[in-house]
Amino acid sequence: MEEIIDKIKSAFKETILFFEEREMPVFIIKKEDVLSFVSFLKESSFSILLDITAVDYLKWPEQKEKRFEIVYHFFSLEYNLRIRVKFSIDEKEKSPSLTSFYKNANWLEREVYDMYGIKFDGHPDLRRILMYDEFKGHPLRKDYPLKKRQPRLEGLKDD
Amino acid sequence: MGVESGNFITTKFDSILGWARKYSMFVYPFVTACCGMEYIAAACSHFDIDRFGAGLTRFSPRQSDVLMIVGTISQKIAPVLRKIYDQMAEPKWVVAFGTCAVSGGIYDNYSTVQGADKIVPVDVYIPGCPPRPETVFEGIMKLQEKIQNQPQDWRWKK
Repeated sequence: MEEIIDKIKSAFKETILFFEEREMPVFIIKKEDVLSFVSFLKESSFSILLDITAVDYLKWPEQKEKRFEIVYHFFSLEYNLRIRVKFSIDEKEKSPSLTSFYKNANWLEREVYDMYGIKFDGHPDLRRILMYDEFKGHPLRKDYPLKKRQPRLEGLKDD
Repeated sequence: MGVESGNFITTKFDSILGWARKYSMFVYPFVTACCGMEYIAAACSHFDIDRFGAGLTRFSPRQSDVLMIVGTISQKIAPVLRKIYDQMAEPKWVVAFGTCAVSGGIYDNYSTVQGADKIVPVDVYIPGCPPRPETVFEGIMKLQEKIQNQPQDWRWKK
């Protein structure tokens, strides 16, 4: 288990901004090198993409340079090891898409787009997956009002 | 042959129709969430919903009398629920099963309809998260009471 972490660390000295051991190894990397980093992970036995999600740091106590953080979780069957990879991204920026490496990234990225409004560069079919098409805005953003209601049916306005 | 021998009873047509209808409810289970487990528990042999004549579930709205809304109704599925209700033939009744269907429950958020009665008219509300089978049966008996006592509608009435 240790050797694979060391292998990743030595291969991406410049890319990894921060590393720590929490409940699993956590890498914070540069946005520019996401695709090469992920392709390296896939080649070195991290064959399963468990989840993609994002965090909105709009109202975080300490001011962040970029608003969102994208979080990937990968799993290696060979080492029975999970790792977490994070990188920062701003509201206007597009995130690279992992669909060319992992098929399931398609739906996971659609969910992130639906909930946070982050666009993915190179995604084949980026549209909402959980909410209905008429829905305005992205509900998991911190500036989406907690009590805002957008009923799909007429006559549900008094929610 | 006379009244004393007890070979006939007198009743009102409304009453006998209500009696027939309340013991032959065909339930359409609109199951969207975890309450469905409790519905299954109530329907299976240990608690046995068939004792109340509601044991025959029909998975076609055209053939069912009672629309049982079991679980959270999200904004996305709201038009589907409306369509299912509209497809059911009269007479029809609606039961809101569980806290989410009654009022939205803990989901006071962007995605959840705050109670199924915002979409379709509801006859009986069964509270609980999820309701025990006993509570479900109390709800069903309340519905039976309502069916028995309401003015019945039949085809040749008008």
